Amino acid sequence: MSAKLSATQIAWRAAQEIADDAYVNLGIGLPEMVARFQPPGRQAIFHTENGILGFGEAPPAGEEDWDLINAGKKAVTLLPGTAFFHHADSFAMVRGGHLDMAILGAFEVAENGDLANWSTGPKGVPAVGGAMDLVHGAKQVVVITEHTTKDGKPKLVKRCSLPLTGVGCVTRVYTSLAVIDIQGGRFILREKLAAMSLEELQAVTGAELGVHGTVADLVVPEL
Amino acid sequence: MNKTLPTLQDAVAGITDGATIMIGGFGGSGAPIEMVHALIDRFLQTGAPKNLTVVNNNAGNGHVGLAAMIEQGMVAKLICSFPRSADPRVFTERYLAGKIELELVPQGTLAERIRAGGAGIPAFYTPASFGTELAEGKPVEEFDGRSYVRERWLKADFALVKAHLGDTMGNLTFNKAARNFNPLMCMAATTTIVQVSQVVEPGTIDPEHVVTPGIFVQAVVEVANPAQEEDLNRANAHYPEVAA
Repeated sequence: MSAKLSATQIAWRAAQEIADDAYVNLGIGLPEMVARFQPPGRQAIFHTENGILGFGEAPPAGEEDWDLINAGKKAVTLLPGTAFFHHADSFAMVRGGHLDMAILGAFEVAENGDLANWSTGPKGVPAVGGAMDLVHGAKQVVVITEHTTKDGKPKLVKRCSLPLTGVGCVTRVYTSLAVIDIQGGRFILREKLAAMSLEELQAVTGAELGVHGTVADLVVPEL
Repeated sequence: MNKTLPTLQDAVAGITDGATIMIGGFGGSGAPIEMVHALIDRFLQTGAPKNLTVVNNNAGNGHVGLAAMIEQGMVAKLICSFPRSADPRVFTERYLAGKIELELVPQGTLAERIRAGGAGIPAFYTPASFGTELAEGKPVEEFDGRSYVRERWLKADFALVKAHLGDTMGNLTFNKAARNFNPLMCMAATTTIVQVSQVVEPGTIDPEHVVTPGIFVQAVVEVANPAQEEDLNRANAHYPEVAA
């Protein structure tokens, strides 16, 4: 296995699926990049847990307003039509089924839709933030991730070994090698890099990849 | 009615050893840095208050605000959702040494527990944390085919929050995303003390624009041009100041 998508390219691929006018929460880190790659003509409205709907890009250095930050505590700007709200309203939007999509990172995703993305075990300081709320309530919970860990171990697994964030919550995964749906407790392969055979992809995946119909090529521009 | 106090020293004078204190803000946004520093001053002068339980989304950043309170050893327990930051060393070192207790709560659950505390709702059910280790020991019930975890309200003896405008009757507005936990904490504490950028006369804030009604506020103190935690940390500030 040689070629794989960069983090930016994974974010680009996920961004192609966001509908115009969708309300979307982007998790801290890699998912934040998704906002940059919305297709022309589409404008999602981004939600951040700390209390903004409809924020825009980061301001130039030196022009930050530190009362205007996102969940990753990075400075953002406002777009026309922005709303501010307190934390209880913010999580009412999350749990109450009002968001169309949440895009999250992952340590592990299991074929039954379980997600582990908040704790690597008992060592160190545990921190959960809004992840356990975000996996419930959004109409679609999508993960973007490298296909394997830095050591080459599968991140898509039969059952998560790390502490769970949520049970049976993930419906689609965009990785550095493939696009995979989770249906009926199974991984269903939708797209893979053309240069990679199904056998090669299966070898770096920790649970069986089902195939329904054709598997499309995962095509992403150079970024 | 006049809820204003002349100084930050007056504002924090009644906070007792062992109290539970909600401190507003999300990271530095909406954090009442000056009031927290006044509390640290009092501790350094009198030895009180100590053995505090603090409720905040985070666990401080750098060596100012909540991090400085923890660094002085005033905090016995922290109830929060995300004890990480750009520079979380003060909390991390004490936590790993077993010198501070941590109750980790999903962020939306933390917000709703505080809201429930202020609203007189002793418990509620949420899908968050179901099937995870953060739900261990908590009652679970099924509603319409889905499982939910029962969570208790959260109340405090004191809330220290930051607002933008406050009138003398305690009506408040907030600045942008600095609202975050602040209106909820105002509701959930026996005594809510607010630092505002400007005190104004009743009637100045349009009633349509009041975010927190004054009934939830016991004291207001003006701190014009409050510092931002992010700016202090970029300047490598410590509180109290340390000799270079």
